[in-house]
Amino acid sequence: MKARVFVTLKPGVLDPQGKAIHHALEGLGFAGVEDVRAGKLIELELAEGTSDADIEAMCRKLLANTVIENFKIERLAAA
Amino acid sequence: MKSAVLVFPGSNCDRDLAVAIEQVTGRAPEMVWHRTSELPDGTDFIAIPGGFSYGDYLRSGAMAARSPIMGAVAEAANRGVPVLGICNGFQVLTEAGLLPGVLMRNAGLHFVCRSVGLKVENSQSIFTSAYQAGEDISIPVAHHDGNYQADADTLDRLEGDGRVAFRYRGDVNGSARSIAGILNGQGNVLGMMPHPERALETAHGNTDGRRLFEGLLEAVA
Repeated sequence: MKARVFVTLKPGVLDPQGKAIHHALEGLGFAGVEDVRAGKLIELELAEGTSDADIEAMCRKLLANTVIENFKIERLAAA
Repeated sequence: MKSAVLVFPGSNCDRDLAVAIEQVTGRAPEMVWHRTSELPDGTDFIAIPGGFSYGDYLRSGAMAARSPIMGAVAEAANRGVPVLGICNGFQVLTEAGLLPGVLMRNAGLHFVCRSVGLKVENSQSIFTSAYQAGEDISIPVAHHDGNYQADADTLDRLEGDGRVAFRYRGDVNGSARSIAGILNGQGNVLGMMPHPERALETAHGNTDGRRLFEGLLEAVA
């Protein structure tokens, strides 16, 4: 079983990396990019039966720093 | 004073810190590998060095903060044992929840490596008693993730309770309210981005960091 965890900065938290990417896109001539926020995607390969609560605990204890980051969990159906 | 310096994979200021502690206290610290879950008996000062523990994977200090030794550090901190985290050590302390807030990527995106002017905000703590309140000192920084951020309530509380130990003179990395170092509520845990161990002897060109260790020695001994 697979799950994906998306870790993103909370709204309002300054994202210098997103800003740098934004500037680089503008430098390449892409018009109309209004904002860029950078985050992380973490893929977990999990034993069958791992509960949502377990994955959420992983996020709170390690994968995200909830002072500045939000997380979203997405379970993937077996391929 | 019986000191311990924690060592994580990727720590790189551990030996400088050990030299500084030995010079000031006259006793070499125990170097404590992060896989150990206990501190040496009678440890009365814990120092967490700078560097790039775990290659800064996930977030600076995140992996180190969850390593086995940190349970013993939290327990000792709660008992009132002084804990000093410098640079990556500060990041580890925030990730471990022993200090509030976070250290984010420098606002200017550049690695900053130079001596910076600091203002001593609190000269009453066990770490800063050898300085004068309001004193200007100069201590080197070397970091990419030193941009201290916390919500406004936390910042107000830190300032109101005298828990801001040092502030930058001028903008160094975008830190909220120019915070360079903070104390926990009990006053026995200090996290700071500048490296006092790099301003210890005349050969360093500056000895402003020395009094931090001298003041601590006096407070603990």
